[in-house]
Amino acid sequence: MNLSRKWLNEFVTVTANDKEFAEAMTLSGSKVETTEDLGAEISNVVVGRLLSMERHPDSDHMWVCQVEVGQAEPIQIVTGAWNIHPGDLMPVALHKSTLPGGKKIEKGKLRGVVSNGMFCGLSELGLDERDFPYAVITPAAILGDYHPLDKDKPSIPADIQPGDKVYGPVVAAEMLEVMPLGDGTFHTCASIGAEGTVCPDTCCPNLHVGDMVAFNTKTNSYCTLSDLHAQQAEFPHCIPDGIFVLREEGIAPGDNIKPIINADDHVVEFEITPNRPDCLSVIGLAREAAATFDQELRLHEPVVKGGAEGSLVELLDVETPDPELCPRYTARMVRNVKIAPSPKWMRERLRSMGVRPINNIVDITNYVMLEYGQPMHAFDYRYVKGGKIIVRRAADGEELTTLDGNVRKLTHNMLVIADDTRAVGLAGIMGGENSEIVDDTVDVVFESANFDGTCIRKAALALGMRTEASAKFEKGLDPLNTLPAVNRACELVELLGAGEVVDGVIDILNHVPQPRILKLEPDRINGLLGTDIPEQEMVEILRKLGFTVEGDQVTVPSWRGDVIGMADLAEEVARFHGYNNIPTTLMRGQTTLGGYSTEEKLERQLGAMCRSLGYDEIITYSFISPTCYDKIRWSADDPRRQSFKILNPLGEDTSIMRTTILPSMLEILTRNYNYRNQSARLYEVGRTYQEGGNDGLAVENKVLSMGAYGEDMDFFTLKGAVEAILNDIRAEDIRFEKPCQNNPSYHPGRCADVYAGGRRLGVLGQIHPLVAQNYGVDAEFYCAELDFTQLLHAKGPDPEYVPLPKFPSVTRDIAVVCDEAVTVGALEEAIRKGAKGLLKEVTLFDIYQGKGIPDGKKSVAFNLVLRSDDRSLTSEEADADVKSILETLEKELGAVLR
Amino acid sequence: MKEQLANIRAQALAAFAAAADSAQLDALRVQYLGKKGELTAVLKMMGKLSPEERPAMGQLANEVRAALEQALEERSTALEAAALEKRLEDEAVDVTIPGKSVKLGHRHPMYIALDEIKEIFIGMGFTVLDGPEIELATYNFDKLNAEEGHPSRDWSDTFYFDTDSRVMLRSQTSPMQVRAMETMPLPIRIIAPGRVYRKDEVDATHSPMFHQVEGMVIDKNVTMADLKGTLNTVVEQLYGKGTKTRFRPHHFPFTEPSCEMDVQCHKCGGVGCPTCKGEGWIELLGAGMIHPHVLEMSGIDPNVYSGWAFGIGLERTAMRRFKIADLRLIFENDVRFLEQF
Repeated sequence: MNLSRKWLNEFVTVTANDKEFAEAMTLSGSKVETTEDLGAEISNVVVGRLLSMERHPDSDHMWVCQVEVGQAEPIQIVTGAWNIHPGDLMPVALHKSTLPGGKKIEKGKLRGVVSNGMFCGLSELGLDERDFPYAVITPAAILGDYHPLDKDKPSIPADIQPGDKVYGPVVAAEMLEVMPLGDGTFHTCASIGAEGTVCPDTCCPNLHVGDMVAFNTKTNSYCTLSDLHAQQAEFPHCIPDGIFVLREEGIAPGDNIKPIINADDHVVEFEITPNRPDCLSVIGLAREAAATFDQELRLHEPVVKGGAEGSLVELLDVETPDPELCPRYTARMVRNVKIAPSPKWMRERLRSMGVRPINNIVDITNYVMLEYGQPMHAFDYRYVKGGKIIVRRAADGEELTTLDGNVRKLTHNMLVIADDTRAVGLAGIMGGENSEIVDDTVDVVFESANFDGTCIRKAALALGMRTEASAKFEKGLDPLNTLPAVNRACELVELLGAGEVVDGVIDILNHVPQPRILKLEPDRINGLLGTDIPEQEMVEILRKLGFTVEGDQVTVPSWRGDVIGMADLAEEVARFHGYNNIPTTLMRGQTTLGGYSTEEKLERQLGAMCRSLGYDEIITYSFISPTCYDKIRWSADDPRRQSFKILNPLGEDTSIMRTTILPSMLEILTRNYNYRNQSARLYEVGRTYQEGGNDGLAVENKVLSMGAYGEDMDFFTLKGAVEAILNDIRAEDIRFEKPCQNNPSYHPGRCADVYAGGRRLGVLGQIHPLVAQNYGVDAEFYCAELDFTQLLHAKGPDPEYVPLPKFPSVTRDIAVVCDEAVTVGALEEAIRKGAKGLLKEVTLFDIYQGKGIPDGKKSVAFNLVLRSDDRSLTSEEADADVKSILETLEKELGAVLR
Repeated sequence: MKEQLANIRAQALAAFAAAADSAQLDALRVQYLGKKGELTAVLKMMGKLSPEERPAMGQLANEVRAALEQALEERSTALEAAALEKRLEDEAVDVTIPGKSVKLGHRHPMYIALDEIKEIFIGMGFTVLDGPEIELATYNFDKLNAEEGHPSRDWSDTFYFDTDSRVMLRSQTSPMQVRAMETMPLPIRIIAPGRVYRKDEVDATHSPMFHQVEGMVIDKNVTMADLKGTLNTVVEQLYGKGTKTRFRPHHFPFTEPSCEMDVQCHKCGGVGCPTCKGEGWIELLGAGMIHPHVLEMSGIDPNVYSGWAFGIGLERTAMRRFKIADLRLIFENDVRFLEQF
């Protein structure tokens, strides 16, 4: 919401500078985003009066001008503009002045002649013709400026003389006299040779004595570019751009230009929270500003003279068949409208607030919307068939072309303004093209209504056309505001002389809001805030905001639908007492014991262990693309594909909630690989989302996901890391087994299920080369997925001290030859089985195939540690154990000592 | 004989002194003091001396032996020291060669920021709660006073799993307030960090998934002054003692009064600069006194109990903490980024 401070000052006098204003308003609850001084870039630009102009001795199109600028002596300025005449007032950028866009003007010489500044056009002051419609320039085509397209075949001879025929009724004319009439028109006389002299009035401002022009004897007017059917290139200086000749009242040479062009206004941009639609208006913000700065709020009661011909009741009939969607509909009529630009002050205010001026009637509706916060609409009465306005639901499929020229297909959930036959507007959003105010509009209906916010919001959303009006309606507006707003619009019509107002108001009040009365409980308010604010201060604050307080009864004003209870009153009090004047205290009361849950402790432990193993933590999106399941080669009927599906996703890539964390890890590994990072080791404790939770929610399981590629990375490196983690959480009976079911995402020969104490924790291994290929990668990726809940169960108890060995151990190395297919795990198991109670440790130290070992066989070597807890072992005792071990190995696995 | 002893003594001492290493010295020891050594040979001739000569000569011989042994010992010690010195010299390394690398993993910067916040609150007696991300609209909206029709419930803002808009991805961690109120005994002091989801396209400051930390206190006589005091304490721990804060009125459906908390811009000290968009303050979090109706809906009597709550965006906190300019870096997980923290 933009606010013009000039407009604000009409309702409340605030002298604070922008920074102070922004700070104070922000701290009282109206957050200021930015402030802008509209004239910040303009300096040293004043009104000048052209005293005389002479042609530049050294240029065919420049003038040397003497200008009065409020100084003792006139100054000289050289200009190339053609639309000025002695006596004209215009903006003059003096020596050392600045203009919008950071442009700096200094004195200098133009083709050898001193120029002490510059005349300004609209655009140089950051304006356009909408700001000053009278400044539009209609240039005549000067024959001296003629540049034939084909040099050899000029349409107009270079030596053309007054009276020579150009074509048809058009002859050459030489200007004898040009006299500005002060209203943008000129009295002129020109010679047309033997035919004599013609003296038409013209609005072409670029004529000067001595100019040769084309004159149409039939229309008695000078020819413009289009009159001559000429191209721009033929008359390069015949352009509708020139100096901004001022026609403002009461200005004199030397006056600062800023107030004249409204560049002395300051615009403040507010962020208004959705609970305060009343602040989306000048009056609403003025009320806040008045309370903030403790100044008087000067409101104004609109006064309408009325008296136009006709009776409103006979002219217009309004029906509201859906009263719940239209709590109130207020309308008035204006006749004999004269569509014209609105006056400068109105255009300036609209511009300051970021609204484009259009014409007086449309500008009035926008002006009232900005001032009162009540959206207004104006219909052309002649297109309201049957003199009847019906506020109804649209029929499904009904079409309406809105003001922006788009055809809208409507549904039953949208509200339209219709006449007897068709929709003429989309209620609360945008008018229809078929009833738009146009240049020849004569009778106008002003609508000032209150529509159901939710209905408007949904319709605007469905149609993708959130407008200024709909944005206001959707927050819920004050139904009591429609009448003053429509009266204000009619008052402005009369003020502008834009038409005649018909007496009476059509006002359909379907829902009469009852004022809300609350009890003022100062003790509870202070109790909630932790303050000691006197009751009197509370009462004063509330009254400043428009609340009525009598005893302990507080009546909430109609525009404050957001105030419903004690806490809301407390906020009002706190805002103006000052949030920063509330003391700061520390919590009292019963102490509570804080801390991490068991789960969180494990999560932290796992993370710390992963990091100590060199794995970096990552954060991945919980949603994935359904194609991820294809990429990790899950079959089409894999039940794990059953995912929570987002019905309104941002895109396919983020449309389902993952049931596996693997694709997330693969995506990040791939990204790092594509970034040419040599290696990566990553982990995440992330969630998966399966169906079957309570209330139709998900079962959200956490998974410890690890992934790696690059230098020194292979199956056993990852396995070592997983083992270290499991040892760290003291998991017991850890086993790695070939997966009981083929896992299509992993390399079938380099993949293992991980168990602890018979509990399956998850899987680890190399990613299947085809999966890697699906990710566009030709490297070996290694991943592990360990279920967090299972890890929590597998977490072992706190350690209990075991006495250190008192007796020395005996070590023996054995190497056995067995079939290739026998696993190390099986060998170890056999070794443990064969031992007779002395074996403490088995450590694999070599696997060998090749010379000396038959094909299909392998040699596996272990280091055995044997020890007794109650005596020193003898060599014989150790040998007996080893013998038993070797026997078991041979018996069970056919493994023989090498 | 006497002369012989003197000669041996002189020769041996000279030889010992000339010995270059322990091996030579050992050879000299054998040569002079060994069983077949020169001194031994002289001593063997003692028997041929007269008894009168014998004691004097014996004493002399012993003296020579003692002298030689001492000289040997001294020389040996000197040689060992020299050898050690040489060895140490030989073993010297180029200390500027890099150490054997131990690759440690790195905590994600966002979780570093979260850990800091958690520790502060745990120290103040808060419990850390976890809850569902796929959530009921009842918890995310209804029981937080965001009634049907509230703009944040729009399908353009929030992700839904069913056409009735019943099951959704939580758009804030605030439903944890309701879950805590419904399940925990009073008084309550909790924080609930976690993922939240909103329908925002990815750019430098937006992501459809991000993280928040919710905090809530409910007890008898809890005041807005307590809220200010507690959050000020937190900010001082996060950003350093003496960090200035201010509280501004704001609006949230589930708190009343509501506020936003700003910290004074660390860059300009409050004067105004590009970092703080000229305001001198940087928005940190939203907070407020829990709306009486919200307490009521969760079965807590607002006439007896009151409470305050806050919510803070984690990504922004981490980005400010580590001067990370683009939110996308957080979720990109480039190891060159991760390993900076």
